[in-house]
Amino acid sequence: MQELANIFIKSIFIDNMVFAYFLGMCSYLAISKTVKTSVGMGLAVIFVLSITVPINYLLVNYVLEKGALVWLGDEFKDIDLSFLSFIMFIAVIASMVQLVEMIVEKFSPALYSSLGVFLPLIAVNCAILGGSLFMQERAYNNITEAVVFGVGSGIGWFLAIVGIAAIREKIRYSHVPPALRGLGITFIITGLMGIAFMSFMGIKL
Amino acid sequence: MGKNSLFSKKNKSLLTDPLDDNNPVTVQVLGICSALAITVQLKPAVVMALSVIFVMCVANVVVSLMRKFIPSRIRIIVQLVVIASLVIIVDEVLKAYVYDVSKELSVFVGLIITNCIIMGRLEAFALANSPWESFLDGLGNAFGYGWILIAVAFFRELLGAGTLYGYPVLEKLGVYELGYENNGMMILPPMALVTVGVIIWIQRMRNQKLIETN
Repeated sequence: MQELANIFIKSIFIDNMVFAYFLGMCSYLAISKTVKTSVGMGLAVIFVLSITVPINYLLVNYVLEKGALVWLGDEFKDIDLSFLSFIMFIAVIASMVQLVEMIVEKFSPALYSSLGVFLPLIAVNCAILGGSLFMQERAYNNITEAVVFGVGSGIGWFLAIVGIAAIREKIRYSHVPPALRGLGITFIITGLMGIAFMSFMGIKL
Repeated sequence: MGKNSLFSKKNKSLLTDPLDDNNPVTVQVLGICSALAITVQLKPAVVMALSVIFVMCVANVVVSLMRKFIPSRIRIIVQLVVIASLVIIVDEVLKAYVYDVSKELSVFVGLIITNCIIMGRLEAFALANSPWESFLDGLGNAFGYGWILIAVAFFRELLGAGTLYGYPVLEKLGVYELGYENNGMMILPPMALVTVGVIIWIQRMRNQKLIETN
């Protein structure tokens, strides 16, 4: 349990997708103009990360890794398919996003109208693929850890985008040097937020 | 198409526009995700830039050749498969020849797949243009991305560690004896963002028409 809490806190604050690894920056910069849309995008990212990371975890452990195919029979124990992981991950992500979009549209039109426009964007959001790749690299012990990591990373991304959106809404009323307006100041603020988030570094439960 | 039209004015602007006026990182806001994390030192940044140049040019040409056969409903998947296959090639080559850099880049090689510059250029350009034009467009955009990457890495490595490409420049110049200290802050991830912010600032001061109203 403590291990899980540790992964959760670590993936939200210390290994924050945006501030520590710059993942999902493109949509982070493009969609953070207002708090409302950024909440929608953030929720969609949490949602998709918490689905794709565990699926890719199963894929890595039962299909791709060396010796993972042993459940098919002994003669498969030397097969190493891990070079296929990029293409498999992206296929899983793209199809899951489509599937999630259809399911949400069918069963919860209200959620669909708030998340709908963001879902297609997510297939090419680096935070999603990055989540799966980090999961593979860090070799989590069991699927619960993978789920916790996925949800935690999503929440970290959510916090980051909602935070920057709130700041950008306020900054409209301040006097920013013309050449720095828009993109430039957003970059610098993100950097400052990153420095603030670094104070979490080294926290361990 | 004659020899002259290969480098006509339009084609030349395809190549040079993305370097400044229409830079993918600072103006189109694409491909920032992977651009920043690997700019602590010059070497990984150069390797990353070369990988992106390769993937971008080949993907642009391949998609452009297939543009008449790709049904528009599944084009995203087709593009992703093309990019992912190229990235796998790059990853295997890097692992074989520059293993240490490949370890350092870790997941960021894989993240070339979701580098929005590549997807963006495929969507916006290669699907509607001939292979040669797409190649130039890919080359231009990849260079536009690459030079930002290398510029950021240059300042971060020089100011943060006092080296360039692993060579201790500042030590050889003897500035440490004058009381100079490395700025350890530049090594930390947030400073990559600030460095790019400053590059954008300088670029927009030079080029007033890029200034945003809000």
